[in-house]
Amino acid sequence: MDSTRFRQEREVLRHGSRTRLGRAPLTLLIAVLLALFLLFVTLPVASLFLRISPEAFLRSLAEPVVLDALSLSLVTATVSTAIVVLFGTPLALVNARRDYPGRALVDTLTDLPIVLPPAVAGIALLMAFGRRGVVGQYLDGFGISIAFTTVAVVLAQVFVASPFYIRQARASFEAVDRLYEDAARTLGASPVAVALRITVPLAWSGLVSGAIISFARALGEFGATIMFAGNFQGRTQTMPLAIYTTMQGDLDAAISLAIILVAISFAVIAVVKVVTRRRL
Amino acid sequence: MLSVHAARRLRDFVLDVTLSVGRGETLVLVGENGAGKSTVLNLISGILPPDRGEITLAERTLFSSGERIDVPAESRSIGHLFQSYALFPHMTVSENVAFGLRCRRVPRPEVAFTVAKQLAAMHLSDLADVNVGRLSGGQRQRVALARALVLDPELLLLDEPLAAVDMRAQAAMRKELRDRIRNAGIPCIVVTHNLRDALELGDRLCLLEEGRVVADGTPEEVLGMRENGFIASFAGG
Repeated sequence: MDSTRFRQEREVLRHGSRTRLGRAPLTLLIAVLLALFLLFVTLPVASLFLRISPEAFLRSLAEPVVLDALSLSLVTATVSTAIVVLFGTPLALVNARRDYPGRALVDTLTDLPIVLPPAVAGIALLMAFGRRGVVGQYLDGFGISIAFTTVAVVLAQVFVASPFYIRQARASFEAVDRLYEDAARTLGASPVAVALRITVPLAWSGLVSGAIISFARALGEFGATIMFAGNFQGRTQTMPLAIYTTMQGDLDAAISLAIILVAISFAVIAVVKVVTRRRL
Repeated sequence: MLSVHAARRLRDFVLDVTLSVGRGETLVLVGENGAGKSTVLNLISGILPPDRGEITLAERTLFSSGERIDVPAESRSIGHLFQSYALFPHMTVSENVAFGLRCRRVPRPEVAFTVAKQLAAMHLSDLADVNVGRLSGGQRQRVALARALVLDPELLLLDEPLAAVDMRAQAAMRKELRDRIRNAGIPCIVVTHNLRDALELGDRLCLLEEGRVVADGTPEEVLGMRENGFIASFAGG
């Protein structure tokens, strides 16, 4: 390390003038690129706050369309995150620890929703669970219909958000040293006890940040929801759908909803940063 | 009484060992790095399954390829100390020691009582609520030993038990370890790179080369085999 730095310094000395002069325009170029990019990302977000007065914001918060969307979004995103965690945790643990035929296929399939366009996810869900869908037609026989209900909202969110949790959970489980699990087994812990008392607690921060990111993705879900669940206020109109709907009439309501989502997004990033920094 | 005959294909060679250790006897396992010493311990404690063979401990068959018996690691009641001690980093000292009892669903007051007694016996009472990340090498070793001994194991496997202990503390820890092993009165296998460990802890010494036992006898006998390259450097250095 020291010798390389020494060599670098010598190089700088030898080519000093040329290198420094040669680097100045490059540094400037990178600075300009960075500044433009930051502006491009922050300006639109800042514009949201500049386009609405605090009074109008607070007034909009009382509107039923905003309140309905807010509560529906929070409830459905929480439920879908819980479902994702419930199903995703064992799956991620098994895939991190056991080798079985077809594991690579399972991994690919769980990742699929990340690359699938949401509109495709929406129509695919409709074809599966719609009234005439592959599964939906039998459910319809029992008087159960899923499409265009709150259940459909949750299903769409689970579909698009699950890979974010499962990937993170698997990586966190893989990062747990197997030695602890082996030690726990020799001390008398059954495989389930090893998972619950050793592996999950040691992977905890990764699991929490995975769940939070998954929650954020569920909260932002638009395409699959509008196609599979429709856009009914109070039942399937989540915040992104409400933004889309109110934008055409009540712009203040749309902006207020957007601001709430921005605040939640920032909170998510902050929480993930704090959680992943603490504990290993 | 432990009796082991186990074979397993490893990357570079086939490990094939036959060993037996009597009650209250300590067998020291020496050999080059990669000779398969730690693997032998893993086969016995059930972390790794042998390809074939038979392992019995106090009349109980733990593994038998012939009879298709493979008692899972959690039911073998073997205390296995890993080289790095593998203390659970998310638990305090007393939680680490209580771990095995909790897994056995021992009632809480009894766990607290037994753990406190064990910690006192190992001079760890002051550290009960300390997170294990803060401990010195010697303290970690004692916690790992306490965690295993509190379960009254029928066999003790120690992998380089003093390697992470401060040089100055090693002699005292070695003496303490020897007394603990004697008091436990169970068979014990110690893997070590250290001549002093071999001489002071071992009743018998086994030399492992590429997965095979090439010498088995009293420490004096085995260390007398100066024609063996490993023994010559082990006893000489």
